[in-house]
Amino acid sequence: MKISEEEVQYVAKLANLELTPEEVKTFTHQLSSILEHMETLNEVSTDDVEPMTRIPDFGELASSSTPFREDVPGPTIGTERALGNAPDPGQKYFRVPKVIADR
Amino acid sequence: MNYEPVIGLEVHAQLLTRTKCFCACSTEFGASPNSNTCPVCLGLPGALPVLNREVVRLAVRAALALGCHINRISQFARKNYFYPDLPKGYQISQYDKPISEHGAIAIKVNGTAKRVGITRLHIEEDAGKSLHDGFPDSSEKSYIDLNRSGVPLVEIVSEPDLRSTTEAYAYLSKLKAILETTEVCNCDMEKGNLRCDANVSVRPAGSSEFGTRTELKNLNSFRFLQRAMEYEILRQVEILESGGHIVQETRLWNADEGKSYSMRSKEEAHDYRYFPEPDLLPLVVEDAFVEETLKTMPELPDAKKDRLIEQYGIPEGDADWLASSRTFSEFFEETVRICKKPRPALNWLKGELTAALNNTSLGLQESKISPAHIAELVGLIEGGVISGKMGKVVFEEMFATGKFPRKIVEEKNLVQISDVTALEKIAREVAASSPENVAKYRGGRTGNLAWFVGQVMKATKGQANPQLVNEVVKKVLEEN
Repeated sequence: MKISEEEVQYVAKLANLELTPEEVKTFTHQLSSILEHMETLNEVSTDDVEPMTRIPDFGELASSSTPFREDVPGPTIGTERALGNAPDPGQKYFRVPKVIADR
Repeated sequence: MNYEPVIGLEVHAQLLTRTKCFCACSTEFGASPNSNTCPVCLGLPGALPVLNREVVRLAVRAALALGCHINRISQFARKNYFYPDLPKGYQISQYDKPISEHGAIAIKVNGTAKRVGITRLHIEEDAGKSLHDGFPDSSEKSYIDLNRSGVPLVEIVSEPDLRSTTEAYAYLSKLKAILETTEVCNCDMEKGNLRCDANVSVRPAGSSEFGTRTELKNLNSFRFLQRAMEYEILRQVEILESGGHIVQETRLWNADEGKSYSMRSKEEAHDYRYFPEPDLLPLVVEDAFVEETLKTMPELPDAKKDRLIEQYGIPEGDADWLASSRTFSEFFEETVRICKKPRPALNWLKGELTAALNNTSLGLQESKISPAHIAELVGLIEGGVISGKMGKVVFEEMFATGKFPRKIVEEKNLVQISDVTALEKIAREVAASSPENVAKYRGGRTGNLAWFVGQVMKATKGQANPQLVNEVVKKVLEEN
């Protein structure tokens, strides 16, 4: 196994996921096989290859910068629509369970 | 044992743009809650960020002013964490390839110059604002305003080069002056345009190893900054002295109580699972862009200070003070250009004017006083038209109403009496009305002179030229 059950639980916690013991076993197995596959790829030497993080790094877009927007205000959707999907809006705000940590 | 603090600062500065970092929503302060929002800064599914060109220009400008190297290619990254004021579940920031690195700021503390390294300056977006108090159900609920979500910031990280809270203060002051001068940020700490976190550790003096550090958050005024760091240094020394060890943690400063508290948030909180932002291509800053930015760079505080000393012959401390504020130094130079008197102009600026601004909580630009006002006032005093004392009366009126000094002098009939014949006449009258005091003076009680001078000043309602009165009274008392 390339990854332990503890590591899977840790990552799940970071991602705000609750997993059943069975799911932990399943994902540990699946993630391990993905990582093993990566091992295979690791056998190729990539010392002289620039890391590629995005497809557009290729072809005519290669080394072009991310497109810019000019600093000109555009339309907003406004408070009412912004809060349209909020389950519990209050006084023009999103209202959520108390988040500040207790002392 | 003697301990030495080791401090590094992380400063977040809001860039002076009209719109947000990745969308066209306004950055205006004080707008109605959640009104400056759109699918991008609300984190709605499918919305895509597009980088604001002005953000890049300002970040490059700040980086160059701080002596940083500009990386031609930099990359945005996602910093993942869960908090209600972060709607996407991640903050777009820069991680392993920031836009700039390796700068420095020169500070001077107690006459000793020091170079404080800057590790990096990178671009990131701000989160929204959480309100935890002030609502009827604040005991159970937090309120979220996303107007600030996506507002552009630069984070400026210093090396752990600071060895006292005084040095940290000097560093932050200088950084603030540079960001203001370059018009990158307006640095209003009360509005949260400039925010500061500190990494603090202590170690036995002379040791070259670092102790365990804690991160102090919420140091949102210069006063808090120093007090919070001093508290933290003391807290750590006390723990070490009693044989304990420091826990690496984030602590929140509570200014009302003058204490810091552990933020006892989950220990995983620092695992942000950074990865390259797939929604944005790498940022390429061409040399031409850098050169263009360099061309429009204004005079920076250190250079300005040296020039002010050289050009106006003012003391170093005053030059430093002026150079730290673009508004004040420009005001000063304009005043001197009109009245040609650097010292008096400086004294009005750092004395009466600063005091009046503090008392009224006004900024220089919001006040009714222009360089022409101060220049005219200096001219009236230096030309002997009014005394320095009258000048203060004129200043008060001028500050309150914005009227020009010459007009105030006319309206209040404040012109200084410098007419010797008129003053002699008054002095004789005073002498005639009090022969016993005259006798005492002539009998050797020369200290009585002050009483006569006072009487003449009183008779002229304080408008006589005091020096002249002195001479005239002496002459009158000693004649015959």
